[in-house]
Amino acid sequence: MSFKLFNLLVQASAWTIGISAISIAIGFLLALVLSAALLSGKALYRRPAEFFISFFRGVPLLVQLLLIYNLLPFIGLNVPSIVAAIIGMSLCTAAYQAENLRGGFESVPRGLVEAADMVGFTPRQVFLRIKVPIALRLTFPALVNEAIMILKSSSLVSVVGIVEITRMAQDLASSTYLPIEIFSSAALIYLVICWSVALAGRFGERALPGGAK
Amino acid sequence: MTLPAISVRKLVKRFGQTPVLQDIDLDIPEGKVSCLIGPSGSGKSTLLRCLAFLEEASEGMITVNGEALGFFENARNERERLPAGQIRTVRSQIGMVFQQFNLWPHMTALGNVSEALKTVHKVPKKEAEARAMAQLVKVGLENRAGHYPSQLSGGQQQRVAIARALALSPKIMLFDEPTSALDPELTGEVLTVMRDLAAEGMTMVVVSHEIGFAATIGHQISFLDQGRLILTGAPATVFAKPRHPRLEQFLDTYLDRGASMLA
Ligand SMILES: Nc1ncnc2c1ncn2[C@@H]1O[C@H](COP(=O)(O)OP(=O)(O)OP(=O)(O)O)[C@@H](O)[C@H]1O
Ligand SMILES: [Mg+2]
Repeated sequence: MSFKLFNLLVQASAWTIGISAISIAIGFLLALVLSAALLSGKALYRRPAEFFISFFRGVPLLVQLLLIYNLLPFIGLNVPSIVAAIIGMSLCTAAYQAENLRGGFESVPRGLVEAADMVGFTPRQVFLRIKVPIALRLTFPALVNEAIMILKSSSLVSVVGIVEITRMAQDLASSTYLPIEIFSSAALIYLVICWSVALAGRFGERALPGGAK
Repeated sequence: MTLPAISVRKLVKRFGQTPVLQDIDLDIPEGKVSCLIGPSGSGKSTLLRCLAFLEEASEGMITVNGEALGFFENARNERERLPAGQIRTVRSQIGMVFQQFNLWPHMTALGNVSEALKTVHKVPKKEAEARAMAQLVKVGLENRAGHYPSQLSGGQQQRVAIARALALSPKIMLFDEPTSALDPELTGEVLTVMRDLAAEGMTMVVVSHEIGFAATIGHQISFLDQGRLILTGAPATVFAKPRHPRLEQFLDTYLDRGASMLA
């Protein structure tokens, strides 16, 4: 297998990484809103969030992607397939991240909130200055885990025609008749990416303010 | 007679159906140290938390320097809840120190002490940190300003927690067993800070198992048993023999150390 083929796979990994990173970020923001809704104590907010989460956790990502890919043009939105892919992945990871965050918020010790109440914080200030940073710290390892899951799941967006690592490998395998070399290379590239994320996560965790040094 | 710093009238607190505090009438004198003692489960923490409005009393009224805390009696003599903003204003006169310190783990000692000045009172960062530093000096921790709570001993954490409360210049300080989560050799440094504070004339309410501290520093001792205030008075009166039988029993059973000290 030539260096040129391997290089094509490495180039395709830009799509894998790009789509995953954007989806994680959008999913995180959505998850913040969802987890706030889950914990709002108001059924009006909680119920739709619960429905959203059980839907996206209960339907395979592949089916979600195909559904969104076909649904968007059907309702008159002709968006590039990359947008459909990002929407699908973001919604899916939002559901998982929301559950993580909810657990994180619920684990913020009550005394820390009471201490903030005692020095005059408004509920909003308690949320932003105390609950969010502490919940993030508690859920950071789960977030890194989710990032790795999403990186691997991104292989599924090949079904909507995006030539990321997996799709590139399939194309190259069928044109070169070197499937073992090519899929091994693809596996290696995934491994390096995921391993780097895990490593960065471990450093990040240690760099968080106040973490055990 | 000056106005009491805190006055509690006919306070009842129930958790669900279970009454935990009943018919509490208590005045906390200004500029004095008031101690709450009593057996485990007698309701000391609950009473203190009611004074901080961390628990809402089920019945009765609490006033802080004459202002209603949490609830007031409206024109039709009904008990009505104050708006949240007003509750915060009245509560701003009160500082609270917890058994478990409750420092925010993601902020340094200096951050913990300056945070409310910056966030709540909009004091510029530099000035807030200078004021916070002055409080850390007061509790003897100026050289630990940049440390996170996880890098401090329990006694140091509790002193930071005291500095955090003091930074907002409260008129009243509440302490819920401030030394009982500490190793015995660390209680001294916290008690010293509290003694200094008492000597400055701070109004303090202290829940403590340190009967020795209560007897020597306290100006007023209140003994709680099964949710009722059995006795309130000066230490000399409360601890004088013959003691109230329940108090005698409490001192015998729960506080070998303190009881022998007072025997
Ligand atoms: N949030 C709560 N819900 C239900 N019951 C509670 C709650 N908090 C306290 N209690 C009950 O109220 C009673 C008084 O508790 P409290 O913590 O005030 O006692 P305490 O005198 O501070 O005891 P200790 O010396 O052990 O700290 C106990 O029976 C306790 O179980
Ligand atoms: Mg208690």
